[in-house]
Amino acid sequence: MSFFLQELVNGVTTGALYALIALGFSMVYGVLKLLNFAHGDLYMVGGYIGFFIIRWFGGAAKLFIPVPLLVTIMFVAAAVVVGGLGVAMERFAYRPLRNAPRIAPLITAIGISFFLENAALLLFGAQYRVYNTPDFISYSSGIQIGSVSIDSVQIMVLVMGLFIMIGLQQLINRTKLGKQMRAVAADREAAEMFGINVNFTIAAVFFLGSALAGVAGVMAGLLFNTVYNTIGFLAGLKAFTAAVVGGIGSIPGAMLGGLMIGIAESFITGYISSIYVDLIVFGILIVVMLVRPTGLLGRAQLQKV
Amino acid sequence: MLLSLDKVTTYYGQMRILEGISLQVGEGELVCLLGGNASGKSTTLKTVLGVVTPRSGRVLLDDKDVTGWPVPQRIARGIAIVPENRRLFGQMTVRENLEMGAVLRHREKLDDDFDRVHALFPRLLERRNQLAGTLSGGEQQMVAMGRALMSRPRLLLMDEPSMGLSPALVQQNFQIISEVHQSGVAVLVVEQNAAMALSIADRGYVLSTGEIVLTGSAAELLRSEDLKRAYLGR
Repeated sequence: MSFFLQELVNGVTTGALYALIALGFSMVYGVLKLLNFAHGDLYMVGGYIGFFIIRWFGGAAKLFIPVPLLVTIMFVAAAVVVGGLGVAMERFAYRPLRNAPRIAPLITAIGISFFLENAALLLFGAQYRVYNTPDFISYSSGIQIGSVSIDSVQIMVLVMGLFIMIGLQQLINRTKLGKQMRAVAADREAAEMFGINVNFTIAAVFFLGSALAGVAGVMAGLLFNTVYNTIGFLAGLKAFTAAVVGGIGSIPGAMLGGLMIGIAESFITGYISSIYVDLIVFGILIVVMLVRPTGLLGRAQLQKV
Repeated sequence: MLLSLDKVTTYYGQMRILEGISLQVGEGELVCLLGGNASGKSTTLKTVLGVVTPRSGRVLLDDKDVTGWPVPQRIARGIAIVPENRRLFGQMTVRENLEMGAVLRHREKLDDDFDRVHALFPRLLERRNQLAGTLSGGEQQMVAMGRALMSRPRLLLMDEPSMGLSPALVQQNFQIISEVHQSGVAVLVVEQNAAMALSIADRGYVLSTGEIVLTGSAAELLRSEDLKRAYLGR
């Protein structure tokens, strides 16, 4: 039983991370109907930003600022820089193709993905970059409930993930900007007819979604320790799977899908073998698509007559 | 003059949609724009609103040239539209749909705007938290009208208000348009149902393949043989 609970905790933690990536993926799909295959690479950039910030402040073993401050700087910097990168991506790559056939931005997305992966290789080198998290956040510093241990990085990821998701849900449902995002997602031309600034709204979606991926990148660095230029590929595919399983375009769906994928991975690793993780996760995608093509929380488009 | 189009020519890519259109709508007037399918009626409205920019010619609001202006600035000067097929945000509530009609309004005025629209359509107050896509056709039409009226327009553009509605609802709808008009709002209504539109309009224009072929008072147009020919004879 304790093994089960431990795997569940690990799974929910990874799931929160997938959910954050999936959210941006799903939001961008919502407004542009574009599968942004470069989204996973934004997560990679976030991971690198975290790494370099640790280094700038003295390196993991010899930090000259307090750890909470360091972690705050890592998250804020990753959110802002990666958010900005997402906005630039939209402005220069996707906006010119807004009225092009859907295949054109899709191929562009794959191109941007290659571009980002290789730019990272050129700028940051091919070696694995290591956070050395245990040097500044002790693994034993968490909480112990019976035989289940939750270390402080996991706690941080879970708490932040929860707050971000609640905050995002509120933003989308309650604020003026959030409502405009939904209006643009539902019917871009109609939104324009009522004076909604469509370009700004789409840029805001890219900023938010990309910032979440950047935050997830730092979380991944802290959790898994290693960053290299292609970590975004598999993470992007997993987030895509999470978004589609949950129902693409649906915010709660992306959260649910992310958690499910994370938990499934954890149990497969724990009870079967880590070799089969990807096989089974993508198997789940196929099964969900066969049984419920709109995803678990996705809705078929309402008929507009 | 509230609105004037001066020799407006509009293209979609290589295709010419409007050919030197000139028309006027005065303060508080109800003008209808008639014509068959693909005659350029909707494009005329989109040109007025600024969604489409003409290749040549001018759009004047209050005698001021607004041809290159973006949509929000035109809305701020008093234009609003009820689009063809209503184009409600189906997954958003009635209240949120109305709010989208007032994105450019100051927050303090929002409550007044809601009160005004709810006074005209009490049903929308009852249904405020329901998703717009789940309403009946007649109620959806109210949401579409209400959404446009949220910005307190002086000129209301209506694109095919009778489309997809039952005859009883069409009647009711034109009744509402007439009421809105009587409250002092100028209306430019695009319609295929000529008899219905002319029954409430002051004046009318007839479009055929992008050109204005006929114009006159509603009474003149109703009697006109040319109108029948413009629709049927070519």
